[in-house]
Amino acid sequence: MFEVIIHGVLLGGLYSLFALGLSLMFGVMRLTNIAHGDQIVISGFIGIAIASVVNINPFLLIVFLVPCALVSGYAFQYFVLNRTLGKDPLPSLVITFGLSIIAQNLLQEIFSANPRSLDSGGLNTLGFGITSDMTVGVLPLIILACAIACTFGLQWMFQHTALGRAFRAVSDEKDIAELMGLNSSKVYSMATALAFALVALAGLFQSMRTTVAPTDGPSLLLFAFESVIIGGMGSFWGTFLGAMTLGLAQQIGFYFDPGWGIWFGHLVFIAILAFKPNGLFPKTVG
Amino acid sequence: MSSQLMSVAGLEAFYGDAQVLFGVDLELHEGEVVGVLGANGAGKSTLMKAITGLLPVAQQSIRLRGEAIGGRAPGEIVRKGVAMVPEGRRLFPSMSVEENLQMGAFAKRPGRWNLDEVYKLFPILKEKRKQPSTSLSGGQQQQVAIGRALMSNPDVLLCDEISLGLAPIVIREIYDSLPDITADGMSVVVVEQDVTLAQQCSERLYCFQEGRVALQGESRQLTRDQISHAYFGI
Repeated sequence: MFEVIIHGVLLGGLYSLFALGLSLMFGVMRLTNIAHGDQIVISGFIGIAIASVVNINPFLLIVFLVPCALVSGYAFQYFVLNRTLGKDPLPSLVITFGLSIIAQNLLQEIFSANPRSLDSGGLNTLGFGITSDMTVGVLPLIILACAIACTFGLQWMFQHTALGRAFRAVSDEKDIAELMGLNSSKVYSMATALAFALVALAGLFQSMRTTVAPTDGPSLLLFAFESVIIGGMGSFWGTFLGAMTLGLAQQIGFYFDPGWGIWFGHLVFIAILAFKPNGLFPKTVG
Repeated sequence: MSSQLMSVAGLEAFYGDAQVLFGVDLELHEGEVVGVLGANGAGKSTLMKAITGLLPVAQQSIRLRGEAIGGRAPGEIVRKGVAMVPEGRRLFPSMSVEENLQMGAFAKRPGRWNLDEVYKLFPILKEKRKQPSTSLSGGQQQQVAIGRALMSNPDVLLCDEISLGLAPIVIREIYDSLPDITADGMSVVVVEQDVTLAQQCSERLYCFQEGRVALQGESRQLTRDQISHAYFGI
């Protein structure tokens, strides 16, 4: 059982990287990005494509791709999503749903339907034993550490920086924030830029740890979504703990039967939605 | 007579297809307190939204120091020196008292107002500066809303129904802070439903009725009958 918990937590680390970007965009502008999972897959494939042309350390790839994601996230929000925002949530849902379908088909066209993975330079097989019959992978540990750092960083930024205050201001009272001189479309664009940086990180880690296939997006979106809902909206630690809960639930499912993992995660999600609809760790103050 | 700071001329405003303001004229001089009086739905708040850029209006219909500013973005207008205390306070609920005040300084202009000055004006806010703004009483929240607007150092302060929902003694306290605010020449537009308050705090008064200015004049020279007639249409 100890092993199940360790692996659940490690899986939760990956899921929180999936979920933080979604949580950020929803928190700041009540926008649900249906193409979120596909964007994770796209960034995985971009990494794989670059690595197939030039021999590059996968962590250098992160250093290169995360800034690219920042820029493209900013542009995507500024030129596309900002035009869909309003009282009606439907336009943004339709646009991102459409983008999701386009992304899946484009990826299949370019890369075929086969799952691929990013060569991590042997890191994915590296591990060390903690007990005589159990080893822990180095890569999952790096991912978990990265997830904790991102969660801490986001929460700190929201509470202690001018940018974080701007995010909260447009989330609280958009009109009044604009009266104070904030440009809400730029603030929104910065939120999406950060979300895309997280997506790039998640995509590269996912493709290093296992594989990515062009049609993986929707299930990754589902994991991200479940994490956010389980955790409760409004705090990044909530999202992190939600992802942990989902990771643990899936690992417990896998423990009983290899076919049960994902299903067991969904069950836990539905149970929480039914009995604690605000999530396990809803925001209380500040 | 001091010089003209802001003028509204022939202002028309719409919510969708519904017209709310029908050719409103209003003037504000430097260092002056002007009252805007009217019943619910008379168009007072719409006027505030139009001036601050929250509602699109014709460019020429609002001028600040002669420059046409109608329909500009709210951020641009606050940088030109017009700040508003919105109806219902509208504080940022996720923020502490001090963070709310700091938001007001986002478009900071040079001038007297900063955190220390706001705390001097409303000492209770200094005590509660780390508390969530939602934990304050209504009157204290109103003080935060006023302080937040002051933090940008505006030349024109628009106060939209700052007495709304407050106890009479608290209202008195809030209005007693006005002379301190206007001491160094800030011009203020006070929107009110309360005739006595509006008449007492202002030098000139505009009464709105169904989107038009029904009566205007020196606050002390207007009689209760004139105001009642303009207010209620009887």
